[in-house]
Amino acid sequence: MNVEQKRKAESILALALSTLAAFSGLFWLVFILGDVLVHGIGALTPALFLNDPTPPGVVGGGLRNAFVGQLMITAFATLIGVPIGILGGTFLAEYARGTRTARAISVLSDIMVSVPSIVVGTFIYAIMVKTVGHFNGWAGAVALAVIMIPVVLRTTEDMLSLVPWTLREAAFALGAPYYRVIIEVVYRGAATGIFTGVLLSIARVAGETAPLLFTSFNNSFFSTDMRGPVASLTATIFQYAMGPYEEWHMQAWGAAFIITVFILLITIAGRLIIKWRYK
Amino acid sequence: MPIISKKNSVDSIFSLITGVASSVVVVLIIGILVVLLRESSLAISRFGVIHFLLSTDWNPVKESFGAASTIFGTFVTTSLALLIAIPLALGIAIFVTEIAPDFMKGPIGIAIELLAAIPSIIYGMWGLFTLAPIMSKYIEPALQKTVGALPLIGILFSGTPMGIDILTASVILSIMIIPFTASISRDSFNLTPSVVKESAYAIGATKWEVVKNVVLPYSKLGVYGGVALSLGRALGETMAVAFVLGNNHQITTSLFDAAATITVTLANEFTEADKDLYLSSLFYLALVLFIISFIVLAIAKFFLLKAERRYSR
Repeated sequence: MNVEQKRKAESILALALSTLAAFSGLFWLVFILGDVLVHGIGALTPALFLNDPTPPGVVGGGLRNAFVGQLMITAFATLIGVPIGILGGTFLAEYARGTRTARAISVLSDIMVSVPSIVVGTFIYAIMVKTVGHFNGWAGAVALAVIMIPVVLRTTEDMLSLVPWTLREAAFALGAPYYRVIIEVVYRGAATGIFTGVLLSIARVAGETAPLLFTSFNNSFFSTDMRGPVASLTATIFQYAMGPYEEWHMQAWGAAFIITVFILLITIAGRLIIKWRYK
Repeated sequence: MPIISKKNSVDSIFSLITGVASSVVVVLIIGILVVLLRESSLAISRFGVIHFLLSTDWNPVKESFGAASTIFGTFVTTSLALLIAIPLALGIAIFVTEIAPDFMKGPIGIAIELLAAIPSIIYGMWGLFTLAPIMSKYIEPALQKTVGALPLIGILFSGTPMGIDILTASVILSIMIIPFTASISRDSFNLTPSVVKESAYAIGATKWEVVKNVVLPYSKLGVYGGVALSLGRALGETMAVAFVLGNNHQITTSLFDAAATITVTLANEFTEADKDLYLSSLFYLALVLFIISFIVLAIAKFFLLKAERRYSR
């Protein structure tokens, strides 16, 4: 084999390996999703959604408490986290645009996005559970909001920066003060982008488990009282999957199926909106 | 000019509100640091810093705590995960940017993003019920028969393959971090100017030589950033490993042994810590994890910013 052939062979080999790597990524995705689908479909019964947990061995138990609890915690987290994130992003992209402060906060937010969520859980435990003396749903919602804030803040900043500066100048020229320019011109221009950012941040926290373990904890009874422990799908999955009972495993698969489908649908919707709006 | 001054006052209130909202991030970071320091002060004063980091003792009954075994577990699982994930992620990035026909680029990109969107608890559950049995029945015995028979390396593959061990946890972690490295690498690869690539092709370079000698060197800052970001993610990953690592506070020599990471210890023991010193030591672990991952993520951000600055010129 001469040098030319060797170089060509090397190239083909390397490219083949890359292709193989790409398909291995696809393989894992199909493997995991298929597994959740196969196990989860069988667990989807009306009882899963309509009944509360029963003691192990008693048939007909469901996860109504966890579905409602998960919805409440996620909704309150969104209500707390999204306004703070959007307003914070507004400051960075508008009032503080181009300043050192804005750049520093932006970098810190990027780091904060990836900070271990379990650390956030211990932090909220110290300030919201230890002080009250018992686990509570509010602590869970705040923990998720803490994870949401930097995500929403960064997407808002990016989306507002995409709005052309000349648009603002046009509004200034009409005599509008900056806050009205932001609300009536900039927000309007960036609305789709901000909305997508909010969607993706919900998808991000809806599957979080670690920060809920020490905050909202879990509750085997139906409860809408955010001042006490509240059940969540993710914490229930952890408890049930690690537990010894076969029907617990089934219900855990059902919950896993619902949460995965919910998150994937939101993620895909977000991608489609971005593609449609910013192509 | 009364109207204008009125407008200005509303404006200054709005700017103040947004300013406060953006400072929340800074307050949170400082808050986490201060609160974790305060909560772990009991353990810090009892065990000190060096002793805590180097002691392998984790004994709730005797109330003697050290972080070395969990730091070891964290370090081993993440480095093994990176070792598996980096080549695969680079391969994916090369495939998407250089090889794939246009109609495949989109779907594979979306697939990789979906892999990143799957919540970690789903990875954990899948690992426990599906991957762990496969590992213990087929892959680990096969590894034991082949690589395990070699001298020196063989010790890594000794023991009974149970599936609940360092190797399984690392495989799951690696699948989870592939998307981060892959998507950042892809974006950096895409920034290589086509003129540079074309001139390499013009002097007769093969596709692989162009990737190896032009694209990779050109985008290495971005790739480093992506790898560091994945490392930061892997360090803090909890649920995906909590299911399949056991919670074994020992420094082990075999990849087929159960182990404990900082995150797994926190997830399993935090709500069960009945004594003040125990809880304080767990907070101490959280503090160590926070500092380590903050530094790693800051390094990642440094590389990415540097890459951004270079390409924008």
